[in-house]
Amino acid sequence: MSKRIIACLDVRDGRVVKGVNFQGLRAAGDPAELARRYNVEGIDELVILDITATLERRRALAETIRRVARELFIPLAVGGGIRGQDDATAAVEAGADKVSLNTAALADPTLITRLADRYGSQAVVVAIDAKRQGEGYRVYARSGQSDAGRDAIEWAREAEARGAGEILLTSIDRDGTKTGFDCALTGAVSSAVSIPVIASGGAGSLEHFGEVFTAGRADAALAASIFHFAETSVRALKMYLRHLGIPVRL
Amino acid sequence: MTAIALIDYGAGNLASVKKAFAAIGAEIFVPQGPEDIERASAVVVPGVGHFGATRVLAGAWADAIAARVGEGRPLLGICLGMQWLFEGSDEAPDCPGLGVVAGRCYRLGNGMRDNLKVPHVGWNSLELTRESALLDGVPPGAQVYFTHSFAAPISGYTLAVTEHGERFASIVQRANVAGVQFHPEKSGEAGLTLLRNFVRLC
Repeated sequence: MSKRIIACLDVRDGRVVKGVNFQGLRAAGDPAELARRYNVEGIDELVILDITATLERRRALAETIRRVARELFIPLAVGGGIRGQDDATAAVEAGADKVSLNTAALADPTLITRLADRYGSQAVVVAIDAKRQGEGYRVYARSGQSDAGRDAIEWAREAEARGAGEILLTSIDRDGTKTGFDCALTGAVSSAVSIPVIASGGAGSLEHFGEVFTAGRADAALAASIFHFAETSVRALKMYLRHLGIPVRL
Repeated sequence: MTAIALIDYGAGNLASVKKAFAAIGAEIFVPQGPEDIERASAVVVPGVGHFGATRVLAGAWADAIAARVGEGRPLLGICLGMQWLFEGSDEAPDCPGLGVVAGRCYRLGNGMRDNLKVPHVGWNSLELTRESALLDGVPPGAQVYFTHSFAAPISGYTLAVTEHGERFASIVQRANVAGVQFHPEKSGEAGLTLLRNFVRLC
């Protein structure tokens, strides 16, 4: 099976933005336009992460999903704005194939099971934002703002047991830094669960992807800014990975 | 005016499948009851999730679909819908499939190497084992998007094989009945090509 390359669109008020360590956002473009470009380049999957904070968020997010999904025939996941079952339903109805739960799942883990029962486990991604603490990794909620009081590996295991189909694992320490994925974190979580793990946070070079697929045992790798600003094309990345003997879709 | 019947039996969201058929210019409708299938030019059974979800198809729906297939109309099963074409699945042993294709679906994972995961989620390649109009323009080794834990056995009806720790049937065809384990509506150009071929047969 191929290792997946996933592009993440951090969307605020209908525009793609990308921060460094979850702060200092800079604009990167129109989500539908970026989605089209990635699709042509051979991206395997897209994630829309909604970071809009306004009351109009659900309607704005649904409109963004519709615009992106319209001509896209690859998997589309949506996260960030999923606070409960109603948000998940709205996202799925707008065209999302998967919903990514983070803070809402930490607050009410039964949400994972309810959504898996309704849409199937393949539609439920649990996003874990983890930060190194001593020898272990702590889970953070609310976009990395508050300590959820849980160990990342235990939470990944629980999410799987409750019906999650995939884990989207972000290293808060590495996010936006371009210093490489946290392969130790990714490898630990990947070994602890039998569902696929998507590594996120820290992609800065082709070599980083090679590392996370080998040492990090990731099933997929997600990046945002490295693709948005055309520093690396998806195709060039896949050619590099194939050269290393890592299976990719080209 | 005839159109392709897309069966909605509550197993997952049909939006993506509808969108893909719309994109290739096919007219589809969602039948409200089994009697609506009489006017379908073809039938598509989609579906994700647990095999037990197909239980509602046993009886009137299965009879109506089988009758239309008997009249020579094409039938396409997608993912769970493909598994339903078989006699049954170990996932819900007491739940009958349509039984058009011999064999039972089974859980992936026997003889798995350590680093392989179930469910099988992601892009994997098709090894084409037989020729069919359904595969026109689909190159050998084409990659398509899978998400499943159970799989169909390889038999004389297998058109394509995929490997994930073990080899399983990723496309089957028996006369005017076909099934795909992957999601053609989520498999980029290769998936749309296959759907176009199916529509051409309708």
